[in-house]
Amino acid sequence: MKDVELKMIERAKELLASGEVARVIGWKKGEFYFDPVPASFETVEELDSLVYNYFCGANLSKYLIEMSKKEGKTAVFLKPCDTYSFNQLVKEHRIKRENVYVIAVECLAKLDINKIKAQGVTGVTDVEVVDKQVKVTSLYGEVVLNKPDVVLEKCSVCQKTHQVKDEEIILHERPERDVNRFAQVAELEAMTEDECFAFWRNQLSKCIRCNACRNVCPACSCVKCVFDNPASGIAAKANDDKFEEQLFHIIRAFHVAGRCTDCGECSRVCPQNIPLHLLNRKFIKDIDSFYGEYQAGETAEGKTPLTEYTEGDTEPNDVFKGEAK
Amino acid sequence: MLKIAKERLNDLYAKIAESMGLFIPIKRAGEVNYAVWAEGKEVSLETLKTVKSPKNAFFPQTENMMKFKTEGKNLEVIDIRKDWSEEKSFVMFGVKACDYKAIEVLDKVFLAEPVDTYYQLRRKAGIIVTLACSRPEESCFCKAFGIDATSPLGDVTTWMDETYLYWQANTEKGEALTALVQDLFTEGGEEEVAAQKETTAAIIDKLPYSNLDLSRFKPENLNELFNASEWEEMSEACLGCGTCTFVCPTCQCFDIRDFKTNEGVLRYRCWDSCMYSDFTLMAHGNSRTTQMQRFRQRFMHKLVYYPSQNDGLYSCVGCGRCVNKCPQNLNIVKVIKTLGGKNND
Ligand code: SF4
Ligand code: SF4
Ligand code: SF4
Ligand code: SF4
Repeated sequence: MKDVELKMIERAKELLASGEVARVIGWKKGEFYFDPVPASFETVEELDSLVYNYFCGANLSKYLIEMSKKEGKTAVFLKPCDTYSFNQLVKEHRIKRENVYVIAVECLAKLDINKIKAQGVTGVTDVEVVDKQVKVTSLYGEVVLNKPDVVLEKCSVCQKTHQVKDEEIILHERPERDVNRFAQVAELEAMTEDECFAFWRNQLSKCIRCNACRNVCPACSCVKCVFDNPASGIAAKANDDKFEEQLFHIIRAFHVAGRCTDCGECSRVCPQNIPLHLLNRKFIKDIDSFYGEYQAGETAEGKTPLTEYTEGDTEPNDVFKGEAK
Repeated sequence: MLKIAKERLNDLYAKIAESMGLFIPIKRAGEVNYAVWAEGKEVSLETLKTVKSPKNAFFPQTENMMKFKTEGKNLEVIDIRKDWSEEKSFVMFGVKACDYKAIEVLDKVFLAEPVDTYYQLRRKAGIIVTLACSRPEESCFCKAFGIDATSPLGDVTTWMDETYLYWQANTEKGEALTALVQDLFTEGGEEEVAAQKETTAAIIDKLPYSNLDLSRFKPENLNELFNASEWEEMSEACLGCGTCTFVCPTCQCFDIRDFKTNEGVLRYRCWDSCMYSDFTLMAHGNSRTTQMQRFRQRFMHKLVYYPSQNDGLYSCVGCGRCVNKCPQNLNIVKVIKTLGGKNND
């Protein structure tokens, strides 16, 4: 991946030096290998700290809402999954497409430091990927883990390809994979109502209502969220259990239904590791079965199943019964 | 010093839980947080950084304060504290040195005049059993704040190795708790504990963040630090989510709100976050309008404002939670390294 990083730095430098773009959005070096930070670069010198590695999981699309309003063009590095969010935001008129220069970068699946630590490794100080193996150095010794065991959830089921590119940097071929992102949803569907309720209660009662899931979500792009607005009458900071369990997350899932591209950011950022993606994926699966297969963010144009009415649409009653046409 | 074999810890928990609430790190749905112990729960004392810190026991994330009832022209104010002022003691078990220090930081805020009686009642009722760390993590930097993770204070201090938990009472409350459980223990452990302290201290010395230089963060440098041009860049990626403030053991800000219920109005308070856009909203508007200002506030408060009002005591204890949990990998260490001068390079 180092070769990709070098190529990215080289291209970004050219774009900045030639004046084609005013800034570049990417990731910059952290303290360790595994904590890069999303960043913008405005000078050629700054670009020496640009990093692209197995921990660049953060989706940069949402930053473009603000960046694309700025003077001059913004170049951005987007992974396959990030381009769906980008398209969706363009479709919703949140990003000014003409102000953005998209450089599609290969991905090869990103790693999850929490999953690495969950394997019982404490005090991780370095991570190195060699083919399908992840060599983890810690304060207490070295271990070698299987890469598939420690990739981000979103990457473990990813079959996405770049939907937008003004140019691309792809040096390695991505291995073909056969994955089913709805497998876990099917497990939930197989539960009884009580079991399912207990599952979500157990998970959501951990929620500290930090709002990381909402703030990172590219589909949550309201200028002011109702829950933050003291004038809305329903502003809420408290993590009252019942509300958390039964309302906030469900409301949010409904609000992003049909617009969620399954970018996986909500689950990546949750400090309590709540599998929020399962809520959204359930909606995606239902939309697929009720209205025909649909992938949000595949294009930046056209109507979406939930914003369009056609005569053959599933009746609300069918939805209630869970029967798709 | 007393000791108990690790396989008998369950008896110890059961004994304590017979007469009072026992809060202990418990794994639920994959994550470890302090929760009430009951038979069959999965205790994880080894977990250094519970997602929520122990401050939740003394300064809960949400807490009802009072109720109002109106009847005709009469307004009745119902003091909810009456419900729990008689509350039995409770034990916080397994508190790490950093989190214990964090309670001292909170005490200086909530127990100073005018005393926060809600907090005070809980502090009085709480018995804190600390646990020395023996496997610190890469994100730990308590040492930079002068905290000794090998010998935390508290009402009782405990140490744990492969086979035993060692126990030493430090206060009257701690003695009383010891009297209750003494039968389960035997004497001994001084040597093992001394050896463990030495080994752990050597690991701590070598932690990547142990030797952060904080000397630039002092009241005299307030303006210079406040006006540093680096804040823009440091805060650029911040989502304003508030995760760092909610997992932080020393963050102490709260909001008070009224909630209409069927039986009148309930006034509650809940944690607030300086990272939120309405945090400083006042009638005239908002004095902090950008995320950079909010971000700066959080770190200036920890490293400059609080110490300038509390004899130099920092209100970060180096627990490393924000280091582990920020979605975009921003954190106080990066701030210290960026603004703290060249000793941090
Ligand atoms: S990120 Fe997790 S803990 Fe935070 S509000 Fe969302 S679900 Fe709750
Ligand atoms: S610093 Fe990180 S955790 Fe804190 S508000 Fe910003 S993005 Fe969230
Ligand atoms: S600022 Fe971060 S490291 Fe410091 S006490 Fe708070 S959470 Fe822990
Ligand atoms: S910061 Fe120090 S006291 Fe806290 S968990 Fe780490 S080693 Fe222990």
